[in-house]
Amino acid sequence: MQSLSNRKKVVSNKKMTFLEKIYLPAIFGGMWITFKHLFRKNNTLRYPEHTREFAPVYRGQHVLKRDEEGRENCTACGLCAVACPAEAITMVAAERERGEEKLYREEKYAASYEINMLRCIFCGLCEEACPKEAVFLTDRIVPTNFERDSFVYGKDRLVEDINDRIDITKRQHTGKRTEK
Amino acid sequence: MEISELIEKLALIVALFGVTLGIAAYATYFERKVAAWFQDRIGPDRAGPFGILQPLADGGKLFFKEDFIPAAAEKWLFIMGPGIAMFTALMTGSVIPWSTDLVLFGQTVALQVADINIGILFIMGFLSIGVYGIMIGGWASNNKFSLYGAIRASSQMISYELAMGICVITIVMMSGSLSLRDIVNAQHGMNWNVFYQPLAFVIFFICSLAETNRAPFDLAECESELIGGYHTEYGSMKMGFYLFAEYVSLFTSSAVISVLFFGGFNFPGMDNFDGNTLAILGIVAMFTKTFFFIFVFFWIRWTIPRFRFDQLMHLGWKSLIPISIINMLITGLVIAFNEGWFK
Repeated sequence: MQSLSNRKKVVSNKKMTFLEKIYLPAIFGGMWITFKHLFRKNNTLRYPEHTREFAPVYRGQHVLKRDEEGRENCTACGLCAVACPAEAITMVAAERERGEEKLYREEKYAASYEINMLRCIFCGLCEEACPKEAVFLTDRIVPTNFERDSFVYGKDRLVEDINDRIDITKRQHTGKRTEK
Repeated sequence: MEISELIEKLALIVALFGVTLGIAAYATYFERKVAAWFQDRIGPDRAGPFGILQPLADGGKLFFKEDFIPAAAEKWLFIMGPGIAMFTALMTGSVIPWSTDLVLFGQTVALQVADINIGILFIMGFLSIGVYGIMIGGWASNNKFSLYGAIRASSQMISYELAMGICVITIVMMSGSLSLRDIVNAQHGMNWNVFYQPLAFVIFFICSLAETNRAPFDLAECESELIGGYHTEYGSMKMGFYLFAEYVSLFTSSAVISVLFFGGFNFPGMDNFDGNTLAILGIVAMFTKTFFFIFVFFWIRWTIPRFRFDQLMHLGWKSLIPISIINMLITGLVIAFNEGWFK
């Protein structure tokens, strides 16, 4: 009779041969295998002293880039927020006033730009969606915290410091942006 | 008994005590190290250089744990259990001859705490009493898992003691003495018992795995079924005593194996030396063999999965005992033939 689930397995209770019954050959075989492992190189990384190098495509904490003159790239177009599958990004757009040309590259900018790091799944789709090369995922790890509120990162923590630029060239060379 | 002899024996006892405990402590460290090597890891390496202070850290940790006695436990037996386990484990070391006589300050010092003429019986006796430590501890905990562990341990030890005893009888028949020193002296040079009694050695080795409650026979503390077995309810240094007693008996049974089957302090080419040189080389030989067997114990533990309890009993009663009896009978026949009984 065919079983309902079609996953029926016949258990084989075959009789052991004499060599199997006395266990010893199998035991010596096993001991030989473990003995060979004595001389293997171990894979342990002594963590606090050594850290494993991140892959070039590692996706960690986001950064909002500035251009060469230090102006924010983001124009608050909202494509990243639309692309975000976790709905982690919210922003408020604002128009650039006269005299702010040194701060923002184009006429529109993000007055507030927030990424909820608890929602974010670090997929990198925001980076893919961004037409202005403004948002990138970096090789920095979002630090842990006891307070939930502190995981909503605003522009204060996302926009890179003008004197302390964050290197994203590794990310740029991996994707489509180099092709254009 | 002269006062000097008393001092000599006391010094020997203290030295043996220290050495046994030290080796047992470092056996815990090397157990973890060897396990790590077998599994392509590094093992403990944080406490001191290469982690050599790990046993101290472990002991310190155990001392600072809460020393808890369950309300339903039989209080005095509960306290006695680890003590008995530790005591019996330590006592077996006292009859083991560590080397030939050493001459110190014009005195001949026998490197054996007690050269009693029934040494091997003494060891077998204390191995049997070792069950009480586990049984009393498991029963006094008033916990069903502890009791299961204790029952398993005692039935396993009783079953494997039979085959072990029969193997010992074959050795005793060959050397004609129950004294461990005579057994060792009969294996002078490279004339080791293992070459005459390989089957008895294999059976004895398997039985000592079972007697020391080590994998693949560690059903008594099988954590996947019985939490911790007989020491489920124990904490702090009482549990430390149980764990430590296991390593002490690991050391003593390795020593007994090397005495009975691998010539103890005998080594090939020992006739070229005499006096203190021979004694010291004998100690080195003895400890090399012992450490090798400790390593083999570790090696087996990290290779073979645990037996099922019915397999364990099956192996003990239906395989090891008949084989060892046949082995003993054949040995007896060969000895009788050599002595000319059939002429």
